[in-house]
Amino acid sequence: MPTTLTINGEAKTIDLPDNVPLLWALRDGLGLTGTKFGCGVAACGACTVHIDGQAVRSCQIGLADVWGSVTTIEGLGSPDLPATIQQAWIDNQVAQCGYCQSGQIMQAADLLSVNLSPTDQDIDDAMQGNLCRCGTYPRIRAAIKDAAAKLKDA
Amino acid sequence: MASLGKIARRSFLIGSTAIVGGVAFGVYQVNKDAPNPLTPGEGEATLNPFIMINVDGITIITPRAEMGQGVHTTLAALVAEEMDLNWDDVRVMHGPPAQAYYNGALLGLALPFRHYADTNLKHGLRQSVGKVGKLLSLQVTGGSTSMKDAYERMRHAGASAREAMKLAAADQLSVAVADLRTENGMVIAPDGTELSYISLAQAAASVDAPNVDLRPKSEWKLLGTSLPRKDMVGKSTGTAEYAIDVVLPGMKFGTVRMNPKRAGMVSFDATAAEGMDGVEAIVDLGDGIGVIASNTWLAFQAAEAVDIVWQDASYPATSDALMAEIKASLSSEPNSTVRDDGDVTQAVDGTEITAEYDVPWLAHATMEPMNAVAWQDGDTMQIWSGNQGPILVRDKCAEAVGLTPENVTIHTNLMGGGFGRRGESDFSVHAARLATAMPGTPIKMTWSREEDMRHDFYRPAAAASFRGVVKDGKPLLLDGAIAAPSVTRQSSLRIAGSASPGPDRGHVEAAYDQPFAIPNYRISGHLTDIDVPIGFWRSVGSSFNGFFFDTFVDEMAHAAGADPLNFRADLAANEHPVSETVIRTVGEMSQWEKQSAANVGRGIGFSHTFGSAVAQVVEVVEEDGQIRLSKVWICCDVGTALDPAIVKAQMVSGAIYGMSAAMMGEVSFADGAVEQYNFPDYDALRMHSTPEFEVVVLENGPHLGGVGEPGTPPSMPALGNALFDLTGTRARSLPFIKTFDLLV
Ligand code: FES
Ligand code: FES
Repeated sequence: MPTTLTINGEAKTIDLPDNVPLLWALRDGLGLTGTKFGCGVAACGACTVHIDGQAVRSCQIGLADVWGSVTTIEGLGSPDLPATIQQAWIDNQVAQCGYCQSGQIMQAADLLSVNLSPTDQDIDDAMQGNLCRCGTYPRIRAAIKDAAAKLKDA
Repeated sequence: MASLGKIARRSFLIGSTAIVGGVAFGVYQVNKDAPNPLTPGEGEATLNPFIMINVDGITIITPRAEMGQGVHTTLAALVAEEMDLNWDDVRVMHGPPAQAYYNGALLGLALPFRHYADTNLKHGLRQSVGKVGKLLSLQVTGGSTSMKDAYERMRHAGASAREAMKLAAADQLSVAVADLRTENGMVIAPDGTELSYISLAQAAASVDAPNVDLRPKSEWKLLGTSLPRKDMVGKSTGTAEYAIDVVLPGMKFGTVRMNPKRAGMVSFDATAAEGMDGVEAIVDLGDGIGVIASNTWLAFQAAEAVDIVWQDASYPATSDALMAEIKASLSSEPNSTVRDDGDVTQAVDGTEITAEYDVPWLAHATMEPMNAVAWQDGDTMQIWSGNQGPILVRDKCAEAVGLTPENVTIHTNLMGGGFGRRGESDFSVHAARLATAMPGTPIKMTWSREEDMRHDFYRPAAAASFRGVVKDGKPLLLDGAIAAPSVTRQSSLRIAGSASPGPDRGHVEAAYDQPFAIPNYRISGHLTDIDVPIGFWRSVGSSFNGFFFDTFVDEMAHAAGADPLNFRADLAANEHPVSETVIRTVGEMSQWEKQSAANVGRGIGFSHTFGSAVAQVVEVVEEDGQIRLSKVWICCDVGTALDPAIVKAQMVSGAIYGMSAAMMGEVSFADGAVEQYNFPDYDALRMHSTPEFEVVVLENGPHLGGVGEPGTPPSMPALGNALFDLTGTRARSLPFIKTFDLLV
């Protein structure tokens, strides 16, 4: 039975069984591959997307259980028109292999949506579920603070 | 963007002539200074296409794999510097499998010289021996060699293309070449006329470009600066394409399940899996099973649902039994004593200390699990894979599915981490084998994290036994024995089918080759004969020897009543001033002399590996009975820092990778299988547990050093030495979490 969801502002129909996790519906069903698979057990954050603006691990949510509209990294901004937070990631040259960064950005965007003056402790608390094997944490921290400052000025 | 596969396949056939809407430029001399002891094959030197130009712009083809280390950016900058390109206009692509992209420097690493003692003669020899790499199709990213290898070749590629452009422009404008200059991708005539490289490309491709001298460092505009990375926008917007992201028409999704005991399969029953809605095929691979389904998650579920009887492991079945064999081999006949200064067997007067160390098996755990896409069409196959050695991947895949290598096309994607793991071809071969079960349909084969964790080529467990004598604050004798299964041997057997019986230098690197003047200094390497699959793990042998050697140096300093930092600096002073400066600089950066609070511990670690000297001071803090990492100071000397920001990022990355392993990394075996499945039982440093970093990059060394790996070896002893400073407890067995209550 196909499932219809709102993804990045558009209605999308996914022709996969409704117990398939959102992550795989996005990637294999819709070809939206910006959202990454890292562990499948909620331990790495690579698959982080927003449902109604809240960061969630898409590997843990079956299609039938998606309760709101979904935003993925592709919905945040584009190479030609990056979101403020993505621009901060570019300005701070955060990525190395880059594989974890979609998830890092989606998690950080959630933090910044409720807190534009994050302390180091706030950043630690919000980001510790997102693993980066390349060890880009110091630049992620800098980019979050940079994005917060820019969003505050805006 | 043009399909590289199509362009490149043709360009290799016809060298530097015009091709499908684009133009490729050759390099006219592979290496102009070192005399070549080997005769290059017919036309070999010209078969070196690094630059593609078509109407859309200029693309630099890189011979090395982008795994996050920034190699695309720096390799492109080498060409762009000489060619006078506008950095914003430069695009980068991975090169296809081709002899032209051999890695000469990697083979040079095998010479039994201490790297720090490279004279110009040895350096030249290292480079010319490297040409053997060309014959061996060594198109490999590893050993922190990418820049050493490309440093001259890529700049020559840019310089000769620039000269070809000027010749073409001179012809067109009837102006003397000497009166032309180049800037921003254009040739500019004395009267101000500007001709873009794009407009000149077709004419320039048929010009015989002269070989010209490379520009001196003092004239560099791009090199030596921190450039915006070419992969940054894609990686910040979810649009960078890894192999796992390749989307093809009608593609199906698959996985495999292989024996966690790394042997064959006795039998399987797939009844339950076959009945799952959306499962299209269960494939008998002989040594395991494959599944093809409508989505990857379903393929994972179905693979789990297959009942499989596995053969038993051919190696001892538990971690303890494996370690017992490794320790037993410490007293076997040594494979090497590459360093044997003075006479360690003589009686030396002083304080004697001894220490035994051991470290566990480790997984690479790249963020992107192993995967590849394969598509069989008649007797041809295309494979998309993130790999560190495309020629090897092509040949292994062709062999596995019975095709000729010419009929297999490899597309190398960006890699979600490599750390050595993606030099292996197993996962690409799995995709190729699955694809033969469904000809005409592209198959994306992805390993579950559990499959990835349990089917790695691990960093081997290792053990060491050290004896030292100190007197009057100085070391008089250091005698170390190191035992582990040999990564060099096992991987050459796997890759080339044979292994050299000679001394295994990689096995003892970071121990035998340290720039320390100790009058009696011997390191013996002992190889343990067990066949747990092992492979290259960031910094390879240095990942365990760095810990063994530098920890023992720290123990000697304490036994000698000397300051550990000065002790190391004094040892390096006469032997290698570059290293001494690195050690003293990290001391200044960290205000080493300053007394720290009672709940703060500090340790120094030093290793000279892959041509670079790196010293780190790690600071740990005890709060409420728990110890956390608070700060790390790093000073490195890489000879020439081609892109300082990338060098710094690699130093920090290498230290985080090393400290993650030292704190909590352990792969263990029970019943012949790895006991770790996923990140909850094989974790790493995260945002809250990562310390602050301060990095200084020096350029006193005479040669270009590596940057991807040298940050890893000294991080582990530095952390252990800090924990000792804080607690008075010397942990000689990793990971540290077995001994200390650490914040992870
Ligand atoms: S893939 Fe979802 S948290 Fe790792
Ligand atoms: S950038 Fe490689 S895992 Fe984070």
